[in-house]
Amino acid sequence: MLHYIGRRFLQLIPVLLGMTFIVFLIIRAIPGDPAQMILGQQATKESVEALRENLGLNNPWYIQYFDYLKGLLTGDLGVSIRTNQPISTEIWPYLAATFELAFFAMFIAVVIGMNAGIISAWFQNTWFDYLAMVIALIGVSVPVFWLGLLEQWLFSINLGWFPTSGREEVRDPIMAITHFYLIDTLIQGRYDQFGTVVKHLILPGMALATIPMAIIARMTRSSMLEVMRSDYIRTARAKGQKMFIVVYKHALKNAIIPILTVIGLQTGLLLGGAILTETIFSWPGIGRYIYEAIGFRDYPVIQSGILVVAFLFVIINFIVDILYSFIDKRIKYN
Amino acid sequence: MLKKLWSVGLLLLIFVLAACSGNDKANEPAETDGDKKSNVPQVLVFGRGGDSVSLDPAIVTDGESAKVTINIYETLVNFGEQDTTIHPGLAESWEVSEDGLTYTFKLREGVKFHDGTDFNAEAVVKNFERWKAGASEKFYYYHSMFKADGEDIISEVIADGDYTVIFKLSRPQAPFLKNLAMFPFGIASPTALDQYGESFGDNPVGTGPFKFVEWKRNDSITLEKFEDYWQEGLPKLDKVIFRSIPDNSARLNALVAGEIDLADGINPSDAQSVEANANLQLIERPSMNIGYLGLTNTRPPFDNKLVRQAVNHAIDKQAIVDAFYLGRAEVAVNPMPPSISGYNDAIKDYEYDPEKAKALLAEAGYDGTPIELWAMPVPRPYMPDGRKIAEAIQKNLQDVGIPSEIKTAEWATYLDMAKNGEFDAFLLGWTGDNGDADNFIYTLLDKDTIGSNNYAYYANEEVHNLLIQAQSEVDEEKRNELYKKAQEIIKEDAPWVPLAHSIPLLAAKKGVTNYKPHPTGSEVLSNVEIQ
Repeated sequence: MLHYIGRRFLQLIPVLLGMTFIVFLIIRAIPGDPAQMILGQQATKESVEALRENLGLNNPWYIQYFDYLKGLLTGDLGVSIRTNQPISTEIWPYLAATFELAFFAMFIAVVIGMNAGIISAWFQNTWFDYLAMVIALIGVSVPVFWLGLLEQWLFSINLGWFPTSGREEVRDPIMAITHFYLIDTLIQGRYDQFGTVVKHLILPGMALATIPMAIIARMTRSSMLEVMRSDYIRTARAKGQKMFIVVYKHALKNAIIPILTVIGLQTGLLLGGAILTETIFSWPGIGRYIYEAIGFRDYPVIQSGILVVAFLFVIINFIVDILYSFIDKRIKYN
Repeated sequence: MLKKLWSVGLLLLIFVLAACSGNDKANEPAETDGDKKSNVPQVLVFGRGGDSVSLDPAIVTDGESAKVTINIYETLVNFGEQDTTIHPGLAESWEVSEDGLTYTFKLREGVKFHDGTDFNAEAVVKNFERWKAGASEKFYYYHSMFKADGEDIISEVIADGDYTVIFKLSRPQAPFLKNLAMFPFGIASPTALDQYGESFGDNPVGTGPFKFVEWKRNDSITLEKFEDYWQEGLPKLDKVIFRSIPDNSARLNALVAGEIDLADGINPSDAQSVEANANLQLIERPSMNIGYLGLTNTRPPFDNKLVRQAVNHAIDKQAIVDAFYLGRAEVAVNPMPPSISGYNDAIKDYEYDPEKAKALLAEAGYDGTPIELWAMPVPRPYMPDGRKIAEAIQKNLQDVGIPSEIKTAEWATYLDMAKNGEFDAFLLGWTGDNGDADNFIYTLLDKDTIGSNNYAYYANEEVHNLLIQAQSEVDEEKRNELYKKAQEIIKEDAPWVPLAHSIPLLAAKKGVTNYKPHPTGSEVLSNVEIQ
């Protein structure tokens, strides 16, 4: 097992290197002089030249790339042009906000999506199956900004259950330590604030969960249907095993691999930040951070932001790969 | 049967679980609501479309930064509460020499910065020296207001004792005081500037009614009352929290749900629902902007004056104002709003007349080549819905025989392309900084500003001479004559189709009182109260 993990880890290296190269190319592919674009047309020749020097644009490309890699290895993601802050420190609150929301949404998506898929497979061609699959179809097709505004209208304005937007009640601000507000409030023993944080998570979490939930439900259903037809399931049932045990223990175990793949991919996608959800619910996450950097022509942030997001995507899928072998012992990696 | 029970049971379980997690928390905000009513905390949550860029006013140009910094810093002179007349600020009084080249300011005594540093002449000098010595792209406003052709308009700032500052100008500047009243020239604590250096924008220290507490980027900025503020009894609020809620509808939802007290950027189409809501009030910001259709003067077919005039005749501006501004705007005739001194109301607009437009096009020899019509991708107060307005204009142009294709680009790209003169026709607009004619006509249509705000690439030597002359003409009446003349020539040259001067809308909870929006787009909140 360790051998396998080690090998997979080594395989990551060329992937990550390739990724840094592509991201590196993006900023160079922009027509015109990035330094001029950053400073605007009023800028003097000297300050453009100074910035070119500062960004290392005067060196040959392979030296630029090498410097860039060296910087990355020492944790240097560059400095934001807009705020003048090092990106490696500035990016953390945004990442934490995105993590918190993405994992909350995935939790909803996995719990509801998998169960809906399992039950649909179990009671194939019943009303539940049809209903669940129709809802799943709607789920993958519904526009998020519409769903978000509808949620706000229903749950905030009419029912008053949840706040419309944001991460916290700004009148009673949370003192950020880790920037995971669920954790920060618990550390400080502010259970009342923990409650408000959960409440703030629910609407954006639901909006963000819709698509992964629907995809997971459909994948679970088809994977389960296949397994349910196999001989060992019939044997288990013939033994008089309770149907619940058969489905949730025996069948699910063998059906889980493709589901896990989908969950991994979807988690990776959500970690990239969801600009629409973050905009509607004014969630200060990584998606809007990068999006706004585009608006300000903040190239270092765009470059490093994309890199971090791509890196997370690769890591999540690496973890999923490892999980396969834990869950299904038959999988041999040679 | 059993199967069905199972499915129903599980389904119920899921729903109950989901509902539970919602229910037990739903009870909590009720208590805080109760508290609020009993003693009305003086906390204002201001919902707005975007986050600030920096809280160092000298280095920013965006309105969202100005909204906050204007409450932290003060300028030597102030604008009026809801206009751009000049009033004492950090300077109690001032004298101008005969030749308009020397301004002597008497500073207010006993004013302190938030960090305890004394405000005095030395502090003023230090701020001006900082801006003057800095790079032009860093201190954009200082350079665009107080430098011309690389020459310093403010040649010297001298401290004469602790409370007198003398400004020496290299040439008279008529809007000098108006320029000084602009938000970028808020005086910062010299101690804090030294202490924080590059990160001063995250640790702002001024003399204003509110001091900085916390900034959660892309989320909220919190300010609290400055206890040692020099104006007795002000500010009335204990705390102001600026929250960024980018989506206009979501912001209104947050207001209706009671999470914020005040929201800007209300869509004209939402005005009615705000007025119908008994808990809310609709607030109008005095108008000081222009939305226009620019016709890039260097690109065919708009390099021909007759074609530009024809387009002016072709567009039904009143219909656009009625349909997309829902009456919350007036049709624009000149490149600046009528409230500004120097506005020429004798000018007659090109009337909506498709036949005349066709005749002019024929005279110009326009061959029916299609044009690209660019629509703004983001709503702005002066342009609530670029796409739809572009569609209306497209129809108007089609009627007179100009085929057009509507295009758009992401906002930063859009502005870059406009700066480079890459558009045929395009929608854009401007909100005034200081209420001076120079800030509209020179900024938007002088040949000097091609490549920055003169997106239409309009260049007329005669207009340029008038505008330059007006910049240093200190006699108000003579100066207005110059601007009136410039407007006549511009009308004839028709570099744009001026569309509308809109009234930006805000909405607030009923209890918010004394909130007076300023035409420049940012205002001091020291008189605001919550009842």
